[in-house]
Amino acid sequence: MSELYYQSLSELTLALQSKALSVTEVVTVCLNRIKTLEPKLGALLTLNEEAALQEAQALDAAGPDKSKPLWGVPVTIKDIILTKGLKTTCASKMLANFVPPYDAFVTEKIRQSGAIILGKANLDEFAMGSTTENSSFHPAHNPWNLNCVPGGSSGGSAVAVASGECFASLGTDTGGSIRQPAALCGCVGLKPTYGRVSRYGVIAYGSSLDQVGPMARSVEDVARVLQVIAGHDGRDATSDTRPVPDYLAQLKSLPSLDGVRLGIPKEFFGEGLSPDVSNLCHQALKACEEDGAILVPVSLPHTHAAIATYYIIAMAEASSNLARYDGVRYGYRSQETSDLQELYVNSRTEGLGQEVKRRIMLGAFVLSSGYYDAYFRRAAQVRRIIRDEYVAALNECDALFCPVSPLTAWPIGSHADDPLAMYLMDAYTLSLNLAGLPGLSLPVGLSSEGLPVGMQLIGQAFVEEELLKIGYRLEQILPSIGHPQI
Amino acid sequence: MNSQTTIGLDEVAHMAQLSRLKVSQDEQARFATQFGDILNYMNILQEVDVRGVEPLYSPAEHNCATRIDAANNVRSHKDALCNAPKADEQYFIVPKIV
Repeated sequence: MSELYYQSLSELTLALQSKALSVTEVVTVCLNRIKTLEPKLGALLTLNEEAALQEAQALDAAGPDKSKPLWGVPVTIKDIILTKGLKTTCASKMLANFVPPYDAFVTEKIRQSGAIILGKANLDEFAMGSTTENSSFHPAHNPWNLNCVPGGSSGGSAVAVASGECFASLGTDTGGSIRQPAALCGCVGLKPTYGRVSRYGVIAYGSSLDQVGPMARSVEDVARVLQVIAGHDGRDATSDTRPVPDYLAQLKSLPSLDGVRLGIPKEFFGEGLSPDVSNLCHQALKACEEDGAILVPVSLPHTHAAIATYYIIAMAEASSNLARYDGVRYGYRSQETSDLQELYVNSRTEGLGQEVKRRIMLGAFVLSSGYYDAYFRRAAQVRRIIRDEYVAALNECDALFCPVSPLTAWPIGSHADDPLAMYLMDAYTLSLNLAGLPGLSLPVGLSSEGLPVGMQLIGQAFVEEELLKIGYRLEQILPSIGHPQI
Repeated sequence: MNSQTTIGLDEVAHMAQLSRLKVSQDEQARFATQFGDILNYMNILQEVDVRGVEPLYSPAEHNCATRIDAANNVRSHKDALCNAPKADEQYFIVPKIV
């Protein structure tokens, strides 16, 4: 049997419900794991040790509760999601001391499910980045190679899950921020359909793109967490009202991929894909075919325009959303102020990091008089074209199947002075957010350098259960990548 | 807009002003180069035929749920002020305005 901290959430739940393990025992194992590994990994920004142990003892005293699907399960939460009474910093100096007076919808759900929040996970400041190097406090390190980035922006969540510090984590995905770190760290991450999970209490970056989703070590574990956080919430006007299906009921219903039509977008397999990633993706496609899947060539012709479209929209929304940080109601306030204007300008200048400033300024530019039509409105038009192409491609198959990142994890610091080069790395993930569709990232193998490679299944809106079903079967037929040696 | 976008120092200063940010001279020069590169890359959109295409501003195309128009989710004064850099028991405190 594997180490306790590497058990699946599903196995752990059985052991907790049957009292084979106590919650205190499990929480203590995770806290010890965190203390041993954190000096190397930097996955967490705030540890919730005392409260976690108290909650564990209270759960043990009350005894198992079958109505709580994550009873006693230690989890972490990306530090962009509000947790009442527990510091939420967004990895920014701006919110370094911010203690939320209320919980996000997903935090309420996680607490109600009986899960124990061990701490808050590291990220790129305000989720702006693809490496977790843009954290104002410290970078996170990839557990498969400590000199490499874990991806981002939910890098801390991916590292905590992959290294056995917790059994699941909540991340957010604005342009790939769940799927890409999951791929680079060898775990499973789901970006749900826009509207499936409430954004209430999630600090806004790009409001028409942001979505919360689960990260864990298996498809089944991800399904269990999605079941807890999905559903309508009147406090988010974009939250969808349709009922949440039972994600576990159908999960294991595919005995093979016989007859499953997987769409292979040719634009995702061309120039730019590293040979290592390409080889493993093709091996995975071959395994699918051998299991009975039908590979359907499809085309998403405007993929080349997706990066520009995405960044214009994301930056515009960011510049508007981040206008709230003015040093008045919460967050950092500059001490160097003589009037209100100066208070705004100095607090923002001193409290926000370089990448955040870059995106706010470019966002203000593309929304400004004289440039709005040429940039922002045009990007929104191209967004519709891209969305329609996805819908058309998905009409020809059950799901699309394609790479998540063009490269395996790269060395920390390698793109520090070239933001454009960094943006180009998001080529395979961000169009999904433009279209609002769900995507499930899962590991398909290890590169020649021992780094994980992930692929994503993309589905029609609100059919997460189909992705999870296919993903579960893929997990059975693809080789397991094991765990990192840290 | 031409195919080669360049961003000058004065434009960076204008963008900073719109964003209520201050940029040092060093930053101004660095941002000018980076913004030029990024906006040039974004000119790729000028090649896309968007005639007759309605902009898509949000992927949420479902009807919004409605509720009774009654106040709920009310925060206490204490909660609203608890993260203020400066406040008394009633108000946020800022430097003198007039």
